[in-house]
Amino acid sequence: MQGMEIDDLVVRMHQGDRRAAARLITLAENDIDAAREISERIFTNTGKAYIIGVTGAPGVGKSSLVNQIIQVLVENGSTVGVVCVDPTSPFSGGALLGDRIRMKEGYPEGQVFIRSMASRGKLGGIARATKDTIAILDAFGFDYILVETVGVGQNEIDIYNTAYTTLLLLAPGMGDEIQTFKAGIMETSDIYVVNKADHEDADRLVSEIESMLDLADNVEFTHGDDHVITVVQQQASTGWRAPVIKTNGLTGDGVEGLLDAVKKHRDYLNSSGEITARVRAKFRKEILDILREKFAVHVEDALDMGKNGDLADLLDAIAARQKNPYTVSDAIGRKVMDKFNQL
Amino acid sequence: MQVMSKENYADNLRKWETRCLEPFLKKYPERKENFKNLSGTDIKICYTPDDISDLDYEKDLGFPGEFPFTRGIYPTLYRGRLWTMRQFAGLGTADDTNQRFKYLIANGQTGLSVAFHLPTLYGYESGTEMTVGEIGKEGVAIDTLADMETLFSDIDLGKISTSMTINAPASILLAMYVAVGEKQGVPADQLTGTIQNDILKEYIAQKSWIFPPEPSMRLIIDTIEYCTAHVPKWNTISISGYHIREAGATAVQELAFTLADGFAYVEAACDRGIDIDEFAPRLSFFFNAHNDFFEEIAKYRAARRIWAKRMKDKYQAQNPESWRLRFHTQTAGVSLQAQEPENNIIRVTLQALAAVLGGTQSLHTNSMDEALALPSEKAVKIALRTQQIIANESGVTNTIDPLGGSYYVEWLTNKMEEEAEKYFQKIDDIGGVIPAIRKNFFQMEIARSAYEYQIQVENGDTEVVGVNFQRSASCSPEKIDLLKIDESVAQRQIQRVQDIKASRDNARVEEVLEAVRVAAEGTDNLMYPILDAVKEYATVGEIIDVLKSVFGVHKEDAVF
Amino acid sequence: MEQERKIRVIVAKPGLDGHDRGAKVIARALRDAGMEVIYTGLHQTAAMIVESVIQEDPDVLCLSILSGAHNALFPQIMQLMKEKGIEDVLVMAGGVIPQDDAAALAELGIEGFYGPGSKLQDIIDYIRAHLKR
Repeated sequence: MQGMEIDDLVVRMHQGDRRAAARLITLAENDIDAAREISERIFTNTGKAYIIGVTGAPGVGKSSLVNQIIQVLVENGSTVGVVCVDPTSPFSGGALLGDRIRMKEGYPEGQVFIRSMASRGKLGGIARATKDTIAILDAFGFDYILVETVGVGQNEIDIYNTAYTTLLLLAPGMGDEIQTFKAGIMETSDIYVVNKADHEDADRLVSEIESMLDLADNVEFTHGDDHVITVVQQQASTGWRAPVIKTNGLTGDGVEGLLDAVKKHRDYLNSSGEITARVRAKFRKEILDILREKFAVHVEDALDMGKNGDLADLLDAIAARQKNPYTVSDAIGRKVMDKFNQL
Repeated sequence: MQVMSKENYADNLRKWETRCLEPFLKKYPERKENFKNLSGTDIKICYTPDDISDLDYEKDLGFPGEFPFTRGIYPTLYRGRLWTMRQFAGLGTADDTNQRFKYLIANGQTGLSVAFHLPTLYGYESGTEMTVGEIGKEGVAIDTLADMETLFSDIDLGKISTSMTINAPASILLAMYVAVGEKQGVPADQLTGTIQNDILKEYIAQKSWIFPPEPSMRLIIDTIEYCTAHVPKWNTISISGYHIREAGATAVQELAFTLADGFAYVEAACDRGIDIDEFAPRLSFFFNAHNDFFEEIAKYRAARRIWAKRMKDKYQAQNPESWRLRFHTQTAGVSLQAQEPENNIIRVTLQALAAVLGGTQSLHTNSMDEALALPSEKAVKIALRTQQIIANESGVTNTIDPLGGSYYVEWLTNKMEEEAEKYFQKIDDIGGVIPAIRKNFFQMEIARSAYEYQIQVENGDTEVVGVNFQRSASCSPEKIDLLKIDESVAQRQIQRVQDIKASRDNARVEEVLEAVRVAAEGTDNLMYPILDAVKEYATVGEIIDVLKSVFGVHKEDAVF
Repeated sequence: MEQERKIRVIVAKPGLDGHDRGAKVIARALRDAGMEVIYTGLHQTAAMIVESVIQEDPDVLCLSILSGAHNALFPQIMQLMKEKGIEDVLVMAGGVIPQDDAAALAELGIEGFYGPGSKLQDIIDYIRAHLKR
C-alpha cells in the first residue's frame, strides 16, 4: 500500500507538486524502506542539481549567508532547494529548527524550497535521510541545492562527500579557529568564507587561513588517521587552491564574488576530471551509510532487552566474567548476518 | 544607634536558632525547602543589622534629592507632588482614543500615555497587506498628522504631558506631536512628554524594531540632538526594563539589562559630541512592577544608586540632574491571569504599592481584563482608583522611602546591585550592548528565565492563585464583559488615509520624502526633513518605507 | 522496518504581533518532549505560513497570536490551507483569543486552544492524542 502511495506522490512531484515532494521527504526521513522505494523510482532523475554545502561552527552566520546566496541565485534566474540541518538534542530526541527564520520570504512560487531537518543523532555525519532529501529536491528539478549543516567533527568531512562544492564558514573573533587547524579538518574545504567581513579581525583571519593553505601545499600527510586519508585523495597536489573570500551575511557584500568562486570550482572539477573521484567517493559513502543504518537497526534489535529474553542473562554472564564481550558479539553478529541475508 | 555590635548580632542569631528556631522546626516544619524570590535569590528567615553592617548612610543611601539618590530623587517627593497617574491608552481610531483620554482625565488621570496600534509601531500604512485584521486592535490607528490632531482634539498640549510608546518610528511621532503643538499655538519648548524611543530593548525583548541597530541608534541620537535644541522639556528616551521583564527576565536581569542599555545610549550620544549634561537630564526610565513586593522596591532603589554612581564617576557628568534616575512604572502585564480576572485587581494593587514605595515618578496600573482584551471603561476606572486610594487613603506618601533602613530591603538593594554589576562585566566582556545583542546574549538569558519560570509554575513550585493554586474545576476563563474593537474601525481608518492622500499636495509630499531619503543617506539630522514630511501629511508608512530603502530591515535569530 | 516516528511541529506568529515569549516556551517544551519544532519567526502572512506547511510537511501547526487580529488572519490561513488541499495537519492556537471567538474558529478547523494559564504537559498530551496521521 505504501508502494502505491509513493508512486502517486512521485508522479505528482514530477508534475511540480511541492507538497508531494515534501511528503516524499517525510516518508524517506522516517523509514529506510520507504526511502529505498522512493530512490528506486527517482534516482535516475537525479544528478542535475549543483549541490553546494555550507558548513561551520554555530554562530558564524551560516543562515544569513545562505539567505544571501539564495537571493543572488534567484536574481540570476535559478531555482534553489535548501536543506537546513540542525542537531537533535541527545537528551530529549527533539530539535529546535530555527534556520528558516533568517530566510527572506516572498519568492515567486516554486523558486525556493526550504526544508528544515534534525540530524536525529545519527553517527556518520550527514544523515542518510538528508541525502535522500537532496535526491528528492534534485529530482524535483531545482538548479541548485544548498545544504546547511553545523560543522563539528565528523559532519564536516561528510558534507564534502555529499556536495560538489563546500563552503567552510568562519567568523573572526570566535577564538576557536586555531583548534580546527590543529584537528586537520580544515584543509578539506573547497572554499573558505570569512563571514562578518566588517569585523576588525576579519583580515587577520583571512591571512591565517592563507598561511595554513600555503603550508598544506608544501607538506605531506601521513596516513595514520582515517580522515586524513580521505583528504589526501581529494586534494592530491591538484590545481585547486581554495580561495578565501570575505562576506557580510547581513548586507550581502562579497556574495557575488563567492558565487563566482563556486562557479570556478565547478568548472575546475569538470575540466580536471576530479569530478569522477568526487562522485565515486560520494556514492561509496552513501552505500556505506545505507549499510551502516541497515545493520545498525538489526544490531539495535538484537540488543533490545525487551525483544531478546536471553540478553539480560548474557550480559550478566559477561559481568560475572563467565563470558567475553567479543565472543558474545560474534554470536549476536552471526544472528544479525542471518537476518540480513534473509532480506 | 547600635544596640549590639556586629559580632554580637551574628552570635545572637545563632543562639536564637539553637534555642528557639530549631526546636520549633522539629514540631512545625516550614512550608517549603527553601524560600526564593523570583530572581532565584535565597531569602533568609529574618534579616538583622548583621546583614547590612557595612551600610554607610551618607555613601550608600544619602538623603532624598541628593547623590546617590537611593532614597528618592527629590527632597519632597510625594509630599511635593504625587506621581503622575498615567494610564496607557489607545484603541480604535484617533477619535475613539480621544474620547478615552477625556474619560481618564475626567476621572483624575494627570498625564497622557499613547498606545499605538501595531501597524504604526511597525511603520505600515493602514490598508496595506500586513495590516489586515490589525487596525485599531492593539492601540490607536495613527497614519498621518490629521490623526494626531484628532487624537489631541480639545486637549491643551501646553497643559498636559504625553508619553508615547513608540520606538522605531519615534522620530515621526515626535515630529507629529511638535506639529500639533504648533497648530495649537504651543511652542515646542513648552511641550512636555516622553517618547519611548528605546531600540536596544526592542532587539532584546519587545521585538518592534524595523531597521538594523546602527541606523536605529543614529535616529535616536538625532532625536536627542533635536530635542536638546528645540524641545528641552522633552524626555528623549524611556529606557525600558518593562518589556525585558515581560519577555521573561528576572528582576535582576531587568535591572542590569535596562541600565546597560542606558549606558549604551549615553556613550552613543557622547560619541556624537553632545554634552552629557545637556542630554542626560532628559533620559528617563521605565520599569516593571512585578509580584515579589520587596524585590521590586529594592530594584528601584538599586537602579537609582547604580545610575547615579556611574553617571558621576564613570561618565563624569557634572550636573546633579544628570545623576538622577527618573522612572515610570507599569504593573506587570504578564502577571495578569485569565482565570478569575477580579484577582488581578489585587495583584495590581500590590504591584502599584511596590512602585510607590520604590519612589516612581509616574505609574500605570493594569486593568483586570487585560489578559483577555483591551481594558473596558469600567476596568480602567478601577485601575485608576487603585492609584488614587494608595495616594489619598493609605498614608504611604507621608514620608519618603519608608522602607529605608529595613534590614531586608537594604540587604536586597545591595544584593541586586552586586548581581547587576556581574552582568555589566559580562556585557563588557562581550564588547558592549550591541555586540551582545548580535550574539543573542540577552535573548538567551531571557529565554532561559522564561522557560524556568514556566517549569516552576507547572511543578507547583511557583504558585499562581486561580491557575495552579485553588484553580476552579471549570478550568476556563470566566466570562466578563470585554471590550471589542469593531471591524468598522478598519474601514473608517483606511478611508481616512485615502481621503488625506487625495486632498494633500502630493507633489510636495514627493519632494519632502526625497529630502528624507537624502538625509538618511547622509549624516544630517533626520528630524528636520521628517518634520517637513509630516506637515505635508505624508503617512508613517511612506516615511518608514523611505528609511527602509536606505537602512534595510533587521532579522532576528531563533533563540529559545 | 520503521524507526521511531518524530512529530514535526511548526510554531508560527501570524500578523504583526511581536509577543513571542509563549510561543518560544512552548517550542522549547515540545522539543524537550522529543518533537522537532520549526519556528517561523514574527510577521508571518497567511501565504508564508502555508508555504512553510507545504515545504516542511509538519504534523502540527501552532498559531500564536495576542494582538486581536485572529479573526481576520486565522480564516485566511485555513482558507489557503484548504485551497492547497492540506487536510492532515493538526492546527492549534494560543495567545489571547476570547471564548466567543474560539467557537467560530473551531468551525474553521482549528482545534486545541491553549491560552494563558495553560499547562505545557496538556499541550503535549493533546498533540499526541490528536495527530491526524
